[in-house]
Amino acid sequence: MRFGKIMLSVVMSVMFVSLLFVTAGAAGKEPIKIGAILSVTGPASFLGEPEKNTLVMLQDQINKAGGIRGANLQVIIEDSKSDETQAVLAAKKLLEKDNVVAIVGPSTTGESMALVPIMNAAKTPLVSCAAGAPITNPVSEREWIFKTPQYDTSAVEAIYTYMKKHGITKVGIITIATGFGDAGKKALHEIAPKMGMTIVAEEKYGPKDSDMTTQLTKIKAAGAQAVINWSVGPGQVVVTKNWHDLKMGIPLYQSHGWGSKKNIELAGKAAEGVIAPLGRLVVWDKLSDKHPQKALLKKFESDYKALYKSEPGTFGGHAYDSLMMVVEAIKKVGPDKKKIRDYLETGITKMPGTGGVYTMSAKDHCGLDAGAFEMVVVKNGDWEILK
Amino acid sequence: MFTVFLQFLFSGLTVGAVYALVGMGFNIIYNSTSIINMAQGEFVVIGGLFMWFFSETVKLPFFLSAILTVLAAGFVGLLMERFTIKPLKSNDLLLMIMVTIAVSILMRGLLMFKFGKDPYSYAPFTEGEPLNIAGAVIQQQTLWVIGITACCIVLLFLFFNRTMMGKAMRACAVDTTAAKLVGINVSRVVMISFILSAMVGAIGGIAITPISLMEYDKGPMLAVKGFCAAIMGGLGRGRGAVIGGFAIGILESMTAGYIHSGMKDAVALVIMLAILFFRPAGLFGSVAMSKLRKF
Repeated sequence: MRFGKIMLSVVMSVMFVSLLFVTAGAAGKEPIKIGAILSVTGPASFLGEPEKNTLVMLQDQINKAGGIRGANLQVIIEDSKSDETQAVLAAKKLLEKDNVVAIVGPSTTGESMALVPIMNAAKTPLVSCAAGAPITNPVSEREWIFKTPQYDTSAVEAIYTYMKKHGITKVGIITIATGFGDAGKKALHEIAPKMGMTIVAEEKYGPKDSDMTTQLTKIKAAGAQAVINWSVGPGQVVVTKNWHDLKMGIPLYQSHGWGSKKNIELAGKAAEGVIAPLGRLVVWDKLSDKHPQKALLKKFESDYKALYKSEPGTFGGHAYDSLMMVVEAIKKVGPDKKKIRDYLETGITKMPGTGGVYTMSAKDHCGLDAGAFEMVVVKNGDWEILK
Repeated sequence: MFTVFLQFLFSGLTVGAVYALVGMGFNIIYNSTSIINMAQGEFVVIGGLFMWFFSETVKLPFFLSAILTVLAAGFVGLLMERFTIKPLKSNDLLLMIMVTIAVSILMRGLLMFKFGKDPYSYAPFTEGEPLNIAGAVIQQQTLWVIGITACCIVLLFLFFNRTMMGKAMRACAVDTTAAKLVGINVSRVVMISFILSAMVGAIGGIAITPISLMEYDKGPMLAVKGFCAAIMGGLGRGRGAVIGGFAIGILESMTAGYIHSGMKDAVALVIMLAILFFRPAGLFGSVAMSKLRKF
């Protein structure tokens, strides 16, 4: 009995104190609640973890700077465990229990697609951190859905455009057997005829494979003028090493998943000469000072590194863009779901983010094109922007 | 054309060497306890990641790092046996296999906490260009892996057939009660088998990391392929696991080369199933002997 009483008083006082903390920050106003559904654990955790870190960091920064419209920002992060069902449950919880004004995430295309009907029915804006084109297309059926990562097809366009300039028309593609690789393969096939490219060989590998020389040998034998590898994770390093060992004599192109210094470290001198379309986050220090993204990228990357001792990577950037867009909207029009949605669609013009310079419209709920990428080559163990 | 074939073969050897080394680890514990240790893949991961830690972070010389890594892995094996297998005091093999699965999940979690989700690698044992044989290339590290695999087979063969301890371990696998009756300390045998297999796993991890990189969740894939290698060659047969490993590696590579890379896992597994249909005890196992065992 006595124990129960003590526990009760402890719980009560903890609740009271935490209540104090919540209200103390910004002049007694109700906090503005934004939900986030991220793959913090599970197979897609390499996306969800930097995304979560980014949101936590931004929430603190925004609240320290006085919050939004005098109210504190509260980002309620739910872990979807990289699973569609969990993502749906998390969305229902955020919408019904927490009454959030908007949701950021999920991290993967599959989970985002699962939330499309729910968000449309709840008339609450969703800004996804996943790249798949079907998330926001067709826009007529995706009224409440937005996304910040560049389209896969934009990355492909950037690669093909660069190749054409250098007289390459026949390519061999090698993709990882995951959602990321399959989406890339689809985009590579879709754009090829439009740009006059021919895919002469198409190979695959598993996410944990340790040798891809067989696939690369086949690509070479098929007469390709260049190899395009589409993957994230250790596979892209193994492909790079094998490509180097085989002395293939044709250039290796990587997807926009290549943009981590870690990859250069792991591949060592094998990485020299590898070309990839990358968002400007990894090459911000090489941009001219006049570039609209530079200041923002510098601050984001250095803040993140100071706090977490690791790179935010492209994926942390997606969460940054998604949250900042919603915050921008709330600053302008207040915490009203309909007004936020309308602002996202019409108000986001030439807004610099980590992924590019966003211009949304009633026809485009992503707001980026191939211009969001720079073609970057690895030179002397560092990135170099190709003109 | 021959060059291309040779390249496929070398690729298969590279992958197969990895499977073979992992497969051997399964045999050690199986040979003395009849348990299939599902955490075997994690021992390999420990080998790769600890080696990275000692050589790249602490910056110890190569040999010292390797010895420390193997000892550390052995210690993990010891802890695993003393804290999860021994307290069970059970003869139920299925239960013990379940426990090893639980341990593997736990180890993966701990490794993730320490090392994060990034892949790691360090320089190969010998620097330099890959060897070029008739136009096809093979990494020097692959030769190291094959050499280390060969050394391990010989040492383990000598241990299991020429030493008293090794023979005692094999006796335990067949019948623990009988082994106890002739005065074998069964508890110690089981402990040593876990230490030994953890060490062999770690040696494998140290050798393959420069080829395939290592990250915290590579264990299950390595365990599945290594286990396939072990049963294809006949569980408990040292050289069986090795030949099984190379066979699967080369099959995968040839399938990827001559059929399609999307089919490689499927074809390799189908052929493995076919072999087990016709030779249930594996390529080198004897059917009569396998009937005596519980698994």
